[in-house]
Amino acid sequence: MAEHSDPNAPWKTVSGIGTSAVTALLFVFFLQYLPIVAAGEPVRWVVPWIPSLDINFTFWIDGLSLMFALLITGIGAMVMLYAAKYLAGHPQYDRFALYLFSFMLSMLGLVLADNLIALFVFWELTTFTSYLLIGFSHTDPKSRRNALQALLLTAAGGLALLAGFILIGITQGTFEMSELNAAGSLVGKEFYTLILFLVLAGAFTKSAQVPFHFWLPNAMAAPTPVSAYLHSATMVKAGVYLLARMHPSLSGSDLWVWILSIFGAVTAVFASFMALRQTDLKQTLAYTTLMALGTLVMFLAGSTGYAITAAMTFLLVHSLYKAGLFLTIGIIDHATGTRDANVLGGLKSAMPITAAAAALAGIAMAGIPPFLGFIAKEVAYAGALEMHLWLFVVPMALIAFALMFAVAGIVAYKPFFGPQGALPHEPHEGPWPMLLGPVTLGALGLLFGLLPGISAYYLIEPAVAAVMGAPDVGGRVKLWAGFNLPLLLSLVTFGLGYLIYLKHQGLRERLARIEAKSPDLDASWDVFLDKFMGFTKLQTKLIQTGVLRQYMFATFAVFALTVFVTLMARDVGGLTLGLGGLGFMEWGVALLIIAGTVLVLLTSSRIVALVGLGVVGIGVALIFIMYSAPDVAITQLLVELLVVVLLALAFLKMPNLDPTGVQKHNFANAVLAIAVGGLTTTVLLLVVDQPFDRRLTEFFEAASWTQAFGRNIVNVILVDFRTLDTFGEIAVVLVAALGAFALLKGAAKARAVKEDKK
Amino acid sequence: MNSIIFTAAARLLVALMFVFSLFMLLRGHHLPGGGFIGGLIGAVSFIVYSLACGPAEARKALRITPEVIAMLGLGIALLAGMFSFFLGDPLFTGQWYWVGGDSYETSAFSLNTVLVFDIGVYLVVLGGILSLTYAFEEET
Repeated sequence: MAEHSDPNAPWKTVSGIGTSAVTALLFVFFLQYLPIVAAGEPVRWVVPWIPSLDINFTFWIDGLSLMFALLITGIGAMVMLYAAKYLAGHPQYDRFALYLFSFMLSMLGLVLADNLIALFVFWELTTFTSYLLIGFSHTDPKSRRNALQALLLTAAGGLALLAGFILIGITQGTFEMSELNAAGSLVGKEFYTLILFLVLAGAFTKSAQVPFHFWLPNAMAAPTPVSAYLHSATMVKAGVYLLARMHPSLSGSDLWVWILSIFGAVTAVFASFMALRQTDLKQTLAYTTLMALGTLVMFLAGSTGYAITAAMTFLLVHSLYKAGLFLTIGIIDHATGTRDANVLGGLKSAMPITAAAAALAGIAMAGIPPFLGFIAKEVAYAGALEMHLWLFVVPMALIAFALMFAVAGIVAYKPFFGPQGALPHEPHEGPWPMLLGPVTLGALGLLFGLLPGISAYYLIEPAVAAVMGAPDVGGRVKLWAGFNLPLLLSLVTFGLGYLIYLKHQGLRERLARIEAKSPDLDASWDVFLDKFMGFTKLQTKLIQTGVLRQYMFATFAVFALTVFVTLMARDVGGLTLGLGGLGFMEWGVALLIIAGTVLVLLTSSRIVALVGLGVVGIGVALIFIMYSAPDVAITQLLVELLVVVLLALAFLKMPNLDPTGVQKHNFANAVLAIAVGGLTTTVLLLVVDQPFDRRLTEFFEAASWTQAFGRNIVNVILVDFRTLDTFGEIAVVLVAALGAFALLKGAAKARAVKEDKK
Repeated sequence: MNSIIFTAAARLLVALMFVFSLFMLLRGHHLPGGGFIGGLIGAVSFIVYSLACGPAEARKALRITPEVIAMLGLGIALLAGMFSFFLGDPLFTGQWYWVGGDSYETSAFSLNTVLVFDIGVYLVVLGGILSLTYAFEEET
């Protein structure tokens, strides 16, 4: 891993501080929209892209996208600053900064895009940039493999998503989500079920819901700042964002409620057990991210005010504490050289600021008052009790939150306040650029909790309004909601969580034993990839034989077949063979061409065959001259000449066609040749039969002198009227020449190497 | 090819053909010719030379490697096309400057991007074909 770099290296580089500063500026830019959006006035920008297809870069700032934009830029700026110090002196740091910054921009585009196609483009951009980030330690095969796994899974989901978006566009007549949401729910409309499944496939792969969850813990191969960023407010939240964004259009059906509740709840509970099972703190946090994603999906299943408020509040809280905790773990890792939960302990005296930051984040995660985490949990229970499947959702939420409480203790309390362990290094406090992020994020979690009214008015309620598709009544986000069932559930959570924390080491061993027996999706993925690669290799072997003759046969056979079928289907009528107007010269040239062809067929020498082909070519050039097209004729002659020279050079090194001197022609080849020749002749005769359209000819005749100042129409077309075409053609000439050159020289070099070895 | 007659004739022919190729290039806008045909003739001239005296000698006579010539040609063609872009016209619009007048009839001669573009075509064709032929000939 590229985790440990030189602590003394200069870190105030342009790529580090610059990207962070730009992101911070973006954050400030988005801050100014807070009062506007809170007052219920969304902002919209339109940049036309392909207006004819209703595809535009439409950007839409409402409560939901603004909350995400602020999290992305705010946490992004802190993570970039952190990374500048964390990876200082890393030889590829600049590249890293570029990846991280591009990722930030794609993510920002994703949450701001209103047009579904634009959203898809940004969606895929986040997939690509996160692939680069996860695989940043590219010398490590495991890192590459995990990056590829994330890429394949999320990109496959992305393709499903595109299909879903296009279906929406076709059936609803618009790609703009603001219009779709305003038009009301799609439930019961055409293709609703298919659209829902396609969109969910995209969202569930991106947000790592069971059974697509396994890429997320593997993505921890990335350097810690990347994990902090991708797994708190960005990448993995994209799926949740999409579900929230499309909530007004897609929610409300039984299908939606059942799928989201069950997948979300199973993911949440499974992940919280897995989090307890890990000893690597980074892995623990990865699974708690999974738990958070499951919880969010579960609450998005509901449509009541409390369910949505729970989702939005929890989303905000989770982004803050998760980014903070990841960054803290990075500092611990940097300072002590380990992330093992069993080893770490007693760091509070050596790292007081880190300990404070971790404590703030940990308390938020555990959901203890007066932090926003507590409010989120209260609202969540209130929301869960209101849901259709409350009998299922409430116990699942209780288990997940209790486990979360225990995990918060393991991650944020034990390393600092627990018993001292045997550390690889003497711990030391982190530098300020790395502390700024966790401390700020932790403090925000407390501040938002102490001022629930303000955080609700500016952040949570506008987001809830956006998800509900109607102005929010508000008043749900309160630090003290009175003695009620949610409070009781909270207390139960604390008790249960504390018990689990006390017993967590024993539980961990038991969980490890269960895990060893259960099926391993991650390993199945490898098997699946291997099988798939085997299949593609087999298919390539079948289709790409590598024999040029077979390729040509296939190409001409397809050509003949399609032309034949078209002619039959069109019912073109009879042919007229107008040979009457041909004079002595025309007959002579025709006979010359036929003689050349016969020669090619009968000879057993390649060189003679080549000469025969040359005769055919010159015959064609003569025809051009007869019909007064000198430019074409000259070109034809010269090309003929060059082909003969080039092929002769090649043929000198090849044996005779039939060394025995006996002609052995393949019957299938003959049939194909006759079919192609016959069909081409038929088509040509049909074309000539039609009245000649002289419009283009007349235009060029008239315009080539007056507009392009040239009397040679062919040349004027080439270099003036159709310059772009010509440019493309000469580019092809160059590429083909360079390609052939590389092949010839490469083959010569390979042979030389082989001979050297001998 | 070890023929004294061919070698001796080639030296004369090559120079003539090469000059002819330039002639064809320059007259192309009004009479049969142009960059494509000119490039082909130029390539043929050097191929004849390489057949007579060997590819090593022919490469030396060309001075610049053919791949570089082809790439230069593409660059020149692109620059000729971009010229109009800077003047506010769509890409690849021909630009004409009449020296000593304001139209074809009144001016002594003209400077235009169309010919520059054609020179680019000429160089690409010449360089592309020669790089291919030389590689073929040198392949043993």
